Amino acid sequence: MGNKQTIFTAQQLDAYQDCTYFTRKEILRLFYRYRDLAPQLVPLDYTNQPDVKLPYELIGSMPELKDNPFRQRIAEVFSEDGEGNMTLDNFLDMFSVLSEMAPRDLKAYYAFKIYDFNNDDFICKSDLEKTLNKLTRNELTEDEVKMVCEKVMDEADLDNDGRLSLEDFQHMINRAPDFLSTFHIRI
Amino acid sequence: MPRRSTAAEEVGIEIDEDVSDSDDGGNRRRANRKQAGGRGRGGGGAKGRGRGKKADSDEEDEEDEAPRGANRRRPANKRGGGKNNDDDSEDEAPKKKRGGAANRKKGGKAQESEEDDSDDEKGKKGKKGGKKGGKEEDNGKGKKGDVKGKDKGKDKDDDKKKKKKKKDDSSSDSNSNSDEEEESMSEGEMARLMEEVEEKKKLIANIRNKPWRMKRRLTLLKEAQQFVDKFEGALGKGKGRKWYAYKVMMTKKWIKFQRDFENFKTACIPWERKIKEVESHFGSSVASYFIFLRWMYGMNLVLFGLTFGLVVIPEVLMGLPYGSIPRKTVPRAEQDTAQDYSVLMDFNGYCKYSVLFYGYYNNQRTVGLLKFRLPLSYLMVGIGSFGYSLMVVIRTMANNADVGGGDGEEGEFTFAWKMFTSWDYLIGNAETADNKYASITTSFKESIVDEQENQKDENIHLRRFLRVLANFLITCSLGGSGYLIYFVVKRSQEFATRDDLSWYEKNELEIVMSLLGLVCPPLFETIAELEDYHPRIALKWQLGRIFALFLGNLYTFLFALFDEVNDKLEEEQAIMNASIWAMKEYYANYSRLLNDTDATPPPMNPADVIRGPCWETAVGIEFVKLTISDIQVTYLTILIGDFARAVIVRFLNYCWCWDLEAGFPSYGEFDISGNVLGLAFNQGMI
Repeated sequence: MGNKQTIFTAQQLDAYQDCTYFTRKEILRLFYRYRDLAPQLVPLDYTNQPDVKLPYELIGSMPELKDNPFRQRIAEVFSEDGEGNMTLDNFLDMFSVLSEMAPRDLKAYYAFKIYDFNNDDFICKSDLEKTLNKLTRNELTEDEVKMVCEKVMDEADLDNDGRLSLEDFQHMINRAPDFLSTFHIRI
Repeated sequence: MPRRSTAAEEVGIEIDEDVSDSDDGGNRRRANRKQAGGRGRGGGGAKGRGRGKKADSDEEDEEDEAPRGANRRRPANKRGGGKNNDDDSEDEAPKKKRGGAANRKKGGKAQESEEDDSDDEKGKKGKKGGKKGGKEEDNGKGKKGDVKGKDKGKDKDDDKKKKKKKKDDSSSDSNSNSDEEEESMSEGEMARLMEEVEEKKKLIANIRNKPWRMKRRLTLLKEAQQFVDKFEGALGKGKGRKWYAYKVMMTKKWIKFQRDFENFKTACIPWERKIKEVESHFGSSVASYFIFLRWMYGMNLVLFGLTFGLVVIPEVLMGLPYGSIPRKTVPRAEQDTAQDYSVLMDFNGYCKYSVLFYGYYNNQRTVGLLKFRLPLSYLMVGIGSFGYSLMVVIRTMANNADVGGGDGEEGEFTFAWKMFTSWDYLIGNAETADNKYASITTSFKESIVDEQENQKDENIHLRRFLRVLANFLITCSLGGSGYLIYFVVKRSQEFATRDDLSWYEKNELEIVMSLLGLVCPPLFETIAELEDYHPRIALKWQLGRIFALFLGNLYTFLFALFDEVNDKLEEEQAIMNASIWAMKEYYANYSRLLNDTDATPPPMNPADVIRGPCWETAVGIEFVKLTISDIQVTYLTILIGDFARAVIVRFLNYCWCWDLEAGFPSYGEFDISGNVLGLAFNQGMI
């Protein structure tokens, strides 16, 4: 493969290849996508690992994400500061997990974090309500929302503590037939 | 941030589990070494890697250094007294590891690396081979180790380990600067260190599966690689070094080659970008139709290659040319019309007597120079294509088996799945997103209504009666379509004997079959309204019925054709007699003309020989015509049904009374299930 690029050292690229599910070409392509969001902020030379963070607004405006109701949560989960401002590492991480080749468990773990709006390691009723409202853009009535959330809690809460833990969530999502195909962003 | 630390804690635990899974003994002794390493750290601070080893061995005896990390308060462990220390340090192992995790979180790279190095060094002191060692060595060597875990070189590694043991002392000496400690190391310790190296390698291979932050992964990866590197570096010295180094290099190259090949392969998949576009506009289920189509295309290509290469080409290259034997030539009576376009369209004339159809092929055992056994190859190709299709289908099914089989109980997690898996993350288009929101909302409302309705209890008897009636009607129509096909095939037989056929009559069979395929499914849908099923169940019934329709059509078609075959066989017998008779006459004439009964007449001009119908060719012709007409009908349907409809609706909408877009002939939806069934039907015909 041509080794003409000067953005990363060979070791860096190899390390990225080991740490994500991407090939060399894809990593470079992702770098260019990252840079295209803010060319003046992102240097072309990453060999000494500059500390560059792109603000959430730029990330959320990417075409792959801009129509996603959960884009803010996604960015928050994968960013280091929890506010949605992402470095290149976070960026690669995010798309690696959301890519086709990531295994189910890994995706389930991150999906759990995304849907856990208040970051308390449990999906509680309020998280469910927020999820539902984001999904339907607030078009359901209050009663309907409440009913759906109760049903979900009934179905998935195995230890009956009124909230979904990671195990509950994983148990439920592992049986879902289209989880892998919907929780997937192609870039 | 509190959240991250929790995550780190979780992750820290995971790290521990992962590492300790591979071997417990290693853990205990590792704790041992960690203490030593800690002291090394405490003493050395920012010592380089190479130094670390020396420091460890030197400080092994010292044992009174204040530990650096919070957890390193243990009294020193003599290397000799490994066993006792192991027991003591067993408890500490988890704590140490967690401390390790905490250290890593703070980014204490230097600490980690030194610790690892000390472990590394111990590991190099030879080890009773664990097979895992082989794997990890391998992966470590190929730093670009594929996660796909190629275990090549595992055997090589075992060999190396043995070699290593032989030159234990020498490697130890070359690695560390103090000889005494190294020699006094027991085999057990060496074994443990080897296992640690294995763990490292396993970690490297699996690092992308861990839910950690990228930075942590990168750090860990670097450490693990350096650890394993040192290990290898030590091995490289001493006897047999060249061979070892060579093997290492070959493994690395091999792994790199494989990775490049994978990269290349993914670049080669046709239509990848187009499908991605479709996916972002319309969602993943529509794209799945195209993916399925692409897969079938690939499979058909292979089958075609098989047949073409092994049967047609030998025949073309080595078989007897056109016109040489009776089988291969157009009978004289037809020769005038043989090149007419219309005749060609019907696959008579030249097409009939060409490589396309079965009748062309001779029954010689071998053909041509190479004595290629053509009939045998034909048989094998037939079996081969069948076997290949079967294998491919089963393999794909097995691959997809874990990706959610459709047989899960329906009611199990309906609402939960709706909530968490209904949003398609691939959507990249505002319009589609709107549609998706709408459909999700509708779906939720439907489910809510369903839930509420489930309480109600309707008039069961009426329902049952209606359902029975609907099923009866549908069975009738299925039977009717089957009979219709049979009837038409019989009619086409009669037509074959006549010559003055209109275009409709000649193609009647194909037209009828295609029309049936078009008309019946909507008919089924309307009848199904009577049944009043839950929509999903109704859809299943509908699909099942369409499937039965298509299958029934195909089979009736086949059976009707085979009936013809029986007739044809009788005809052939009669013709054979007639042709023998004709041959005798020909000879008689010839000799009479030449007034010479002794001359052997030249073989009859093949065109003159009376020929019986070849039933295989006839059947083949029928199928080809059917396929072609099906293609034509599909194009027409798409063109008119969808495209023209869309154009009309979009433009006439301005001047029409009611809202065309929402009302009657709205835009055609992409009927996924219907199209998929069509694909399967075509494939069945093939």
